[in-house]
Amino acid sequence: MATDRPLSLFRNMAAKIAAIPMILTAMVVFVGGTFWTITYSFTNSKLLPRANFVGFDQYERLWNSSRWLVSIENLMIYGICSLILSFVIGFLLAALLDQKIRYEDAFRTILLYPFALSFIVTGLVWQWILNPDFGIQFIVRSMGWESFAFDPLYNPKIVIFGVLIAGLWQGTGLIMVLMLAGLRGIDQEIWKASRVDGIPAWKTYVFIVIPMMRPVFITTLVIVASGIVRLYDLIVAQTGGGPGLASEVPAKYVYDYMFQGQNLGQGFAASTMMLLAVAVVIIPWAMLEFGGKKRG
Amino acid sequence: MKALRNAILASTALCAGTAVSATELEVTHWWTSGGEAAAVAELAKAFDATGNTWVDGAIAGSGGTARPIIVSRIIGGDPMGAFQFNHGRQAEELIEAGLLRDMTDVAEAEGWKDIVNPPSLLDGCTVDGRIYCAPVNIHSWQWLWLSNKAFEDAGVAVPTNWDEYVAASDALREAGKLPLALGGQPWQAAGLFNVLTVALAGPDVLVKIYGDGDTEMAAGPEMERVFQAAADARDMSQGSNIQDWNQATNMVITDTAGGQVMGDWAQGEFAVAGEVAGEDYSCLPGLGVNALIDTAGDAFYFPVVDDPDITAAQDVLAATLLSPETQVAFNLKKGSLPVRGDVDLTAANDCMNKGLEILKAGNTLPSTTQLNTEDTNNQLNDLFVEFFNDPSMTPEDAQARYVDIVKSKD
Repeated sequence: MATDRPLSLFRNMAAKIAAIPMILTAMVVFVGGTFWTITYSFTNSKLLPRANFVGFDQYERLWNSSRWLVSIENLMIYGICSLILSFVIGFLLAALLDQKIRYEDAFRTILLYPFALSFIVTGLVWQWILNPDFGIQFIVRSMGWESFAFDPLYNPKIVIFGVLIAGLWQGTGLIMVLMLAGLRGIDQEIWKASRVDGIPAWKTYVFIVIPMMRPVFITTLVIVASGIVRLYDLIVAQTGGGPGLASEVPAKYVYDYMFQGQNLGQGFAASTMMLLAVAVVIIPWAMLEFGGKKRG
Repeated sequence: MKALRNAILASTALCAGTAVSATELEVTHWWTSGGEAAAVAELAKAFDATGNTWVDGAIAGSGGTARPIIVSRIIGGDPMGAFQFNHGRQAEELIEAGLLRDMTDVAEAEGWKDIVNPPSLLDGCTVDGRIYCAPVNIHSWQWLWLSNKAFEDAGVAVPTNWDEYVAASDALREAGKLPLALGGQPWQAAGLFNVLTVALAGPDVLVKIYGDGDTEMAAGPEMERVFQAAADARDMSQGSNIQDWNQATNMVITDTAGGQVMGDWAQGEFAVAGEVAGEDYSCLPGLGVNALIDTAGDAFYFPVVDDPDITAAQDVLAATLLSPETQVAFNLKKGSLPVRGDVDLTAANDCMNKGLEILKAGNTLPSTTQLNTEDTNNQLNDLFVEFFNDPSMTPEDAQARYVDIVKSKD
């Protein structure tokens, strides 16, 4: 085997040459851009990048800014709720669809349809639905419940949940489809065996099927998590960050300071913090997953 | 449809800039509402009359959307012929980087120093003694718009100053009116606060704080009073579930709100709704306390371009923008005040005339876009949008954070 090694570099030459443009893009654009951003986050660049280093000033200002703290808090709430709820709802829907029901195709289409809409459209639709003057509150009141109040987008304390509803409505369909694909990948023999042994269906799901679906869960987790970190357009369309600063998120902070505030340094510092937060989660997980037991 | 047309025009301009006719000049701006588009058409007409061609590069959205696009085009080496900014510190770094043309020669040939009134407008275009932009209009923030009918319904006289207005707020509430309409966007909250500062603490305080970064003044008793007034305004605006400024203006037009503090661009909304100044609505410059207006507004900047034909066309455009005929035609459509004192605006209405008189008397002050960088304005926006939406934030806390922002400003 060892004698083969020098040759392995030249194996599949065509495929490797074909991959060169993408490798270069990844190295220059992603990795290079990342390091450039981190470097310039230590400068006082305003409208144009300038290599005038000021140490940790931008970070100090960032963590003293109440808007940034609110943004982080909102992202945490949104992230945790969205992660848990979209997994639970998505899996439940998939499990229900998997019961060999009639019109499964129709239900699947209906449930996946919101995913065909962009976050901007989703945000606008839900902005109208949740508007107290002509949305849900108005309809319920006009049916007779005069004191009914439901205006999450105008209440700073719960506005982020109003955004969460829209996010779940849009994204859960995709999770459901992924889960359904995972469920279909489970060998029918396992179900037969568990039925023979008299194991209740829910126990089969929790103790046999879900552990077998681990790869699907990992894929889904990556998709959902990346969607959470880059949460931006939904906020812009639905609340504009308001009322006040109550629904601000980090990605919006970065954009607003880099472009509207003409303060690149501050925007870079904020985006570096976002990268750091992602790295803190990803690196230990990646080491656990790929580092410990060299498989494959 | 209009956006599509603009996109096509913009793309043809890209080709034109490299090959065809050099006298075609692409002009980028963010004037896309009805009245604004009509005003731009006047500029285009005047420029076309000089034998050149105005290629319209409108960017929909507001300055917040358009500015990053304009800046990235210039930095990316694909400059347009001319572009609109608010004069002041927004273009400061582009000038320092040598990306914008020095227009001092045109300014001297046309004698801008003598005709531009107030002179502070030209200061907003000047960096190190050189002039880099052509101001085209004056927009001021310091206006209180009141619905006469709303006060009539509440059984109180239409206020003539801020204190009377605050005193009337309870009567307005009882009559089922919102005393003060305020949209939820950050810049509106910061704008309201800055207007209160000018009216209640005086223009000198504002210039000292924003111009010189005077933290003692920012922490002082004058500003304490302003913060208390801002807390009053916060109570009066409780319950306005709206975002855009024109929705707030619409509440004043439909008499469901008592008043709104907004710049003179609100006047266009009253005009479109067919309201008559003095009868249907009243306007109080400087909140009726300090009759002052600031000299914010729009100006055109000219990027450095290699092509001598385009450079020549830029000179022609700069001269055209400030010619008396263009100034009158443009500003009547736009609802703003002309930048030169020697033109005749007979068609101006009641409120516009008030503005002209104040301008003539020289009661002007520099605008916050001239005194502050966009970075500082953004921080102020963040602070005040939080303050006006969170009743639990005390004026003292807000003032402490205000002092911090003033301390760190440059």
